[in-house]
Amino acid sequence: MHRPTKWFALALAASLAPAAHAHKMFLVPSATVSSAGEAWVTFDAAVSNDLFHFDHRPAQLDALEVIGPDGKAVEVENRSSGRLRSTFDLHLAQPGTYRVALRSAGLFASYVDAKGEKKRWRGSAERLGEIPADAKNVEIGESQGSVNAYVTLGKPNDAALKPSGHGLELVPVTAPNDLVAGEPARFRFLVDGKPAANLEVTVIAGGTRYRDRQDEIVATTDADGGFSVTWPNAGLYWLHASLDGQKPTIAKAKERRLSYTATFEVLPQ
Amino acid sequence: MRRLLLASLFLAASPVVFAASAQLTLELPRLDVSEYHRPYVAIWIEREDRSVAANLAVWYDGKEGKDANTGKAEPGTKWLADLRQWWRRSGREQTFPIDGVSGATRPAGEHQLRFDGDKAPLAGLAAGNYRLMVEVAREVGGRETASIPFAWPPASPQHLSAQGEHEIGKVRFDLDP
Repeated sequence: MHRPTKWFALALAASLAPAAHAHKMFLVPSATVSSAGEAWVTFDAAVSNDLFHFDHRPAQLDALEVIGPDGKAVEVENRSSGRLRSTFDLHLAQPGTYRVALRSAGLFASYVDAKGEKKRWRGSAERLGEIPADAKNVEIGESQGSVNAYVTLGKPNDAALKPSGHGLELVPVTAPNDLVAGEPARFRFLVDGKPAANLEVTVIAGGTRYRDRQDEIVATTDADGGFSVTWPNAGLYWLHASLDGQKPTIAKAKERRLSYTATFEVLPQ
Repeated sequence: MRRLLLASLFLAASPVVFAASAQLTLELPRLDVSEYHRPYVAIWIEREDRSVAANLAVWYDGKEGKDANTGKAEPGTKWLADLRQWWRRSGREQTFPIDGVSGATRPAGEHQLRFDGDKAPLAGLAAGNYRLMVEVAREVGGRETASIPFAWPPASPQHLSAQGEHEIGKVRFDLDP
């Protein structure tokens, strides 16, 4: 088996790597631009084929992280997971921009066990012992990803948007809640804090159930990791990029697969 | 002689800064709909780069209303973001109420606003080309914007107008030097 194909298959097998191929993981905020002194936004979180319908399974909320306009973590309320989607509420108590992220980090492996059967495994670094000591052809990969959404009360700010320097991260140049149909928006991708050059970025408008084509917009980042998107219409958009072959953070892993996904709301002129 | 000199000085200066004025007439159309709420309205002047030179008026429900289902109080400012363009260009930078700009919602019909060139919000408006912007958003209704390009200060009396289609009727903007 050709090496990259094998790793791609592994990555596909690991649902830890979010939004691998057909199924897309996403957050849907009930509003992204709010006025008044405070506001509530409710979110849906799901893994689906159609954007942004719930047709497969709910997204797990255990690694949900919300950063508020002061750069500090904010707790969400009313978490619940149904058969097809999860949901939670976020109280916007102070003005500025909030970043909501479902983070995932983990390991996936393939090996041949003592009986000669090919097995697949996924888990965390602490659970690596679950792979039998007598396993052969053990190949371990690492994945890190995030599924994001941004909401703003009042005037936008960027304290919640500062990159951590770990994994694949989007740095908005255009404020993520200042997106208007027909106007270009600019962003940068960083990988472990450095520009992610030549990265392919896919953007798909919601409502795929009601049209015959995905109508993907594909952009490639420049040397500085930057790219622009001109939104053809108002609506919700799903943006995704992934990057294989990165140096792992865990010694036993062979490579690290990174992904970044976000939902953006684009308003009419 | 001295009096003549003063008078000529005054005449030379007055058309530029002091006497210019603007009268705005905005028609909010009468709509035959089952659920009618008075619209939120923002009126502002934007520069050629679309930045906001002056806010002229913002009409919204300044009081707390009650949510029909829950009975809980909801501030009227909650819907200001529905004035999408104005919210993005100016509203989100403001604290409410905006002195001399905020006002209550108004019924369907014609509304006149008069602005003097030497008073806020027109005082200090530099000579140049601008657009008068009107944005109207109605709860469970539509949203519309209208714009009228104009030069300030006016060299001669100007009678400018724009015609809306659904949420805005006729907009007239009369400028006097």
